[in-house]
Amino acid sequence: MSSCRLLQSELKLWTSGRSKWTRGLNEGIGWSGKTFLSTSCCPKVCIVGSGPAGFYTAQHLIKARQDVEVDIYERLPVPFGLVRFGVAPDHPEVKNVINTFTQTAKHSRCSFYGNVNVGKDVTVGELQQAYHAVVLSYGAEGNRRVGVPGEDLRGVYSAKDFVGWYNGLPSCRELSPDLSCETAVILGQGNVALDVARILLSPLDILKKTDITQPALEALAESQVRKVLIVGRRGPMQVACTIKELREMVNLPGTRPEMVAADFEGVPEALKVVRSERIYGRSLSAVADLPRPRKRLTELLMKTAMEVPGDKELERRKNATKIWGFRFYRSPTEIFADPSHSRTAGIRLAVNRLEGSGERAQAVLTGEVEDVSCGLVISSIGYKSHPIDPSVPFDSRRAIVPNSVGRVHQAAGLYCSGWLKTGPTGVIATTMNNSFDTARSLLEDVDSGTLDISTAKPGSQIVSMLLEERGVKPVTFSDWEKIDSLEMRKGEACGKPREKLLTVEEMLKVART
Amino acid sequence: MAAAAAARSSMGLTLRLSRVIPDCRSCPLYRFKGCVDNTAGSQRRGSFDNLRTINRHLQTSICLYQAEEGSSNAEDPDDVVNVVYIDRSGKRIPVKAKVGDNILYLAHKHGIDLEGACEASLACSTCHVYVNSDHFDKLPEPDEREDDMLDMAPMLQENSRLGCQIILTPDLDGIELTLPKVTRNFYVDGHVPKPH
Repeated sequence: MSSCRLLQSELKLWTSGRSKWTRGLNEGIGWSGKTFLSTSCCPKVCIVGSGPAGFYTAQHLIKARQDVEVDIYERLPVPFGLVRFGVAPDHPEVKNVINTFTQTAKHSRCSFYGNVNVGKDVTVGELQQAYHAVVLSYGAEGNRRVGVPGEDLRGVYSAKDFVGWYNGLPSCRELSPDLSCETAVILGQGNVALDVARILLSPLDILKKTDITQPALEALAESQVRKVLIVGRRGPMQVACTIKELREMVNLPGTRPEMVAADFEGVPEALKVVRSERIYGRSLSAVADLPRPRKRLTELLMKTAMEVPGDKELERRKNATKIWGFRFYRSPTEIFADPSHSRTAGIRLAVNRLEGSGERAQAVLTGEVEDVSCGLVISSIGYKSHPIDPSVPFDSRRAIVPNSVGRVHQAAGLYCSGWLKTGPTGVIATTMNNSFDTARSLLEDVDSGTLDISTAKPGSQIVSMLLEERGVKPVTFSDWEKIDSLEMRKGEACGKPREKLLTVEEMLKVART
Repeated sequence: MAAAAAARSSMGLTLRLSRVIPDCRSCPLYRFKGCVDNTAGSQRRGSFDNLRTINRHLQTSICLYQAEEGSSNAEDPDDVVNVVYIDRSGKRIPVKAKVGDNILYLAHKHGIDLEGACEASLACSTCHVYVNSDHFDKLPEPDEREDDMLDMAPMLQENSRLGCQIILTPDLDGIELTLPKVTRNFYVDGHVPKPH
């Protein structure tokens, strides 16, 4: 480690002759010809992306080997990815994981470099030259398109953009969603869809104590939206959301549920199934009951949709001013415009029936359609990863980097973790396990010699030089802490945990103070 | 992980020194009424300029951590609860704990690989453990919120619980907690492949 420190001070003296000393560095030979780097120096790993995947991969690597050094590069000046920009403002406990990530970032063998756009400011190839291994964990910044006419009308937004807007993602600042209609239709029935529904209908009193952005809070205060329909292609037994989020909707103050009884035909029977199989004349009672999570979720859904509530709940529902509900067996075919304003006026939904049952059930068109008037359509059918560098293999059909347990196919020294590796599903815990797996693969490769660490690598020294030449100034973790402090102070003044800075310019200005 | 616990406590001090008082709600000491600041919790937020208040917090937290360390070494036989962790490689790790200890933070103190992403606030399932049958029934029924989070845990079993919700009592002496093996060799959704 001390030899690396020495290297740092020696490098600062060099101001020219880049190509000469780059070559020299790679061979472990200094300007004067002296060998100053020992062979098998600390393995240096570069991680692209500072969300949960990046940080959990870093955490595992640093803990596993005392000599690994990890550098995390992030495009924005601020770290933490979807924990900051995806987790709903009214879910602050989920964001506690930031404390774990902060510990990792402040570890002596970890460095954070924000404001660096990998693919543009520095290529993956250059990173691979500078480090022994590169782990891509930049997640999924795009969204799956619905692919119907009218999708680009005013009043139609992707959940990714809507969530980015209320969470302060700089690129979504100008979204200005139109909330002047009575009915909103959300396409998709996963947790993101429920987050959007909940934020649209939450009482302002609750929202104003969260870290939701000020512009979003103001827009929601003016919102006319009173009814939110959460639409899915299949039935109640196939909803992708989880019970915690469903319970939050059921208990949301000022709202009441409204669903279609016919949608629940066959569900009570499915809940009670105990299949017994007869094989070779013997009866094998396989308790093929529903898995517990699906069972509890479906029971709650049934109860909410069908059960006659008790007096207290009846009273609560009577006083509710906002309505929400799932609509099942519906697929969008077209979004209509209001002829005079060319903004959204309604959506045409094709009616489906199910073939098969359980998780593998398929939606099949019946030929019937149903039109729903609405002024806001939010599509929440999945995020999607993009390729950031042509040299990195990319499977455009599945929108992931092709890999085996995190080892990128046909690319030695390249790994991936998080949603880029498996596709954009799962919660933080899922990503954690996924990232640990990638870290394990990398460490296995070091142990087996597949990943060669015998030649010293310059790591961030060279990348810093390249960035400086290109006029890019990275944001360090302590720079981020200035932004963090300011946001919390601003939030304190208005009873919020933080008031987020909304533009990259503002963030950089504070970082440089 | 003991180093991590030390790092965490020093982090707490650093945060206080830089006048950023962390949110108490998620700390187990606060939740389980083990924190002296509990009653004063609601008043703490506004006192940035009151140096004396901060100093008091500093002393309180230092004393708390020291007290925690101290009492775990004092072996009052009535207080001791023997716990065994079985880590992901199958290794048995016996630990001497005391009544009132929280399974998650106990694991951290002894360097056991149990994550607690949401810091015991029932917002994740990373501290998922299996409890041995002898002791599983002795645990109080899970809160509905714990069951909701358990539903998201991979490899869910009948004897699954969240470690952050298990508080040691004398009748849990001998409890064994197994960490689920969630690696690429095991299917994350609990699917058990049929032998072919």
